[in-house]
Amino acid sequence: MKMTGSKMVIESLRKEGVEVVFGYPGGAIMNVYDEIYKQNHFQHILTKHEQGAVHAADGYARATGKVGVAIVTSGPGFTNAVTGLATAYMDSIPMVVISGQVPTAIIGTDGFQEIDAVGISRPCTKHNYLVDKIEDLPKVLKEAFYLASSGRPGPVHVDIPKDVTAELGDFDYDKDIDLPTYKPTTKGNNRQVKKAIEAICSSEKPLLYVGGGATLSNCSDEIREFAKLTGIPAVETLMARGVMGDDNELFFGMLGMHGEYAANMAMHDTDCIISLGARFDDRVTGRLDEFGKNAKIIHVDIDPASIGKIVTPHFPIVGDLKIVMNSLLDSAKETKFNDYSSWVSKIRENRQKEPLRYIEEEDKALKPQWVVERTGEILGPDAIITTDVGQHQMWAAQFYPFSFPRQWVTSGGLGTMGYGLPAAMGVKRGAPDKVSINFTGDGSIMMNVQEIMTCTQYNLPVVNIILNNNYLGMVRQWQTLFYENRLSETNLEIQPNFQQLCESMGGVGYKVTTKEEFDTALKDAVASNKTAFIEVMVDRMEHVLPMVPNGHALNEMHLLEGDK
Amino acid sequence: MNNFNHFYDTVEKREVISVIVKNEDSVLSRISNLFSARGYNIDSLTVAPVPDSEYSRFTIVTIGSARTIDQIVKQLNKLVPVLKVIEHKNAIEKDTVLIKIPIDQNLSDVDVLARAYNGAIQNVTDDAIVISATDDPKRIANFIKVIQKFNPLEIVRSGVVAIAR
Repeated sequence: MKMTGSKMVIESLRKEGVEVVFGYPGGAIMNVYDEIYKQNHFQHILTKHEQGAVHAADGYARATGKVGVAIVTSGPGFTNAVTGLATAYMDSIPMVVISGQVPTAIIGTDGFQEIDAVGISRPCTKHNYLVDKIEDLPKVLKEAFYLASSGRPGPVHVDIPKDVTAELGDFDYDKDIDLPTYKPTTKGNNRQVKKAIEAICSSEKPLLYVGGGATLSNCSDEIREFAKLTGIPAVETLMARGVMGDDNELFFGMLGMHGEYAANMAMHDTDCIISLGARFDDRVTGRLDEFGKNAKIIHVDIDPASIGKIVTPHFPIVGDLKIVMNSLLDSAKETKFNDYSSWVSKIRENRQKEPLRYIEEEDKALKPQWVVERTGEILGPDAIITTDVGQHQMWAAQFYPFSFPRQWVTSGGLGTMGYGLPAAMGVKRGAPDKVSINFTGDGSIMMNVQEIMTCTQYNLPVVNIILNNNYLGMVRQWQTLFYENRLSETNLEIQPNFQQLCESMGGVGYKVTTKEEFDTALKDAVASNKTAFIEVMVDRMEHVLPMVPNGHALNEMHLLEGDK
Repeated sequence: MNNFNHFYDTVEKREVISVIVKNEDSVLSRISNLFSARGYNIDSLTVAPVPDSEYSRFTIVTIGSARTIDQIVKQLNKLVPVLKVIEHKNAIEKDTVLIKIPIDQNLSDVDVLARAYNGAIQNVTDDAIVISATDDPKRIANFIKVIQKFNPLEIVRSGVVAIAR
């Protein structure tokens, strides 16, 4: 069937089952927007900034597991989208971003709004395409969705010159994808699986180290079952929050730089690390030559390049975690494991000895940790928690009671401030029955604050809980700890009126200083079904603890001092 | 002592890698970007189409620790247009050099030397002669060293190509 390139874009989105697209029009992408106007297969959400569009698509993808889609124009439209691409790339989020490009005849002449988009996106996408021939367009679009969602997922960028979107061509979308150079391994090697089970059997203190791959491959059930069957305790990375469920009796918290004492000590003491979709990030391992010193390492990952990148495992297994977990489960059912209960008790003792905690003082400002904890008590499993980046992000990861995978949406790898609000908007679009909470800071919220307008315009309510300490808190914490308290450019005493800011764009604003006010504000905000700012004035000098300082080993934590 | 000592093995070795890639726009920059983005060395890089196919073949000479080389191979394999990565353990390697020498030098000595390295005089003008030689990269390096005494005006190397024995 003959159709224009822009019609092909619409048709491919329809065939891929896309229900929502986030975007922003402009010169080079106008042909596509003309077709968006004429169609009614999917909703288009016009954000206020391209970065917001891409983060929204990313939040939507994380909440639903589907491929997020964003459309932007050439030049600045595209460069604004780059942070969104890089954020998704670092966390392996499936996404397709389509950008307009100047006409092929203009490419290379420094035309108006021309930039080498594929040159820029190459290092921050799984793959990218500049489609310079209409014949290639259907194939490229189909490949883009396939690449984004298969193997190790990631964002794919498709750059389409304006003349190509105007040209007529044949559209055949049903042809099978033919990519002889791309064949991800999904099924784990059975011999390796057997060896891994044997290694676990010969260990006394095994530990499940669960990473973001567990969320991406939707195998929370399998991992919980494996833990239950074998009695092996588990810890999670930041990206895996929600996979084990915090009330699971074999779960001992998040590990890493701001991980729990018990989790970090367990990782330090284990004799068998079972890494499930984790990548031994520097924020997790601490000083490498002390990490897992006495442990055999089993590393399951879909990406062969993740294996052996930081540590060399004794038992590498390349494959999709869900498939490998099922093989491990099959094998485990026929195996007699050691009794790990004394090991589990040891970790539990550590947790009782040094739980995550904070010290409240009468008549002093609210503690940010209390705000997170209280939100958890009120909303629990009814909310999906998105964050920005900084202290509030760590407190949210530490103190919110997560119970299911995809309940937690955060920029882990890239650490993108300004991610939270637009991502939480995408979350709301993908999971309309949940309350979309964005924990944010007084620094982060200002980076994409314009997207409140999009939330109110499209009725996608997001409750933003701003933990306001009038500082860029995480940087301030490092300045206090490692730079002799020279607070270089981190004091945010001069601030907008957050209530008015939110209300000016059609939301509701609250400013709270007491526990009672917070409870009322949160309940009101949720009940109002409007986008809200709840600005909570919190203790300015509170630190995120425990903390493993950069370059230290996991057992060298700074702990909270004072009364328990 | 612990499990991880070999991670810090910093002994660097030279490695010749062949990469078979789909012939498409920007595949060269995908590969060269990968090396610069991850801080890998490129000692030499050559590329040409594989006859009668839709593929091209890169020959890359790199230097790195065992761990780095392992990552280079895996990261190359991860690129979507890459079909195959070959780490050569036993390959024939060839490098070609073109050298321009002023006409007033002792040309018979130059000729003898060139022939000793599988080379020959390729062109003669009023001002200069051009010699070429194709040989093992180490021998070519040596040839270039020796030829210095004839005051070469210009030296051009092709980069290494390699094929398994």
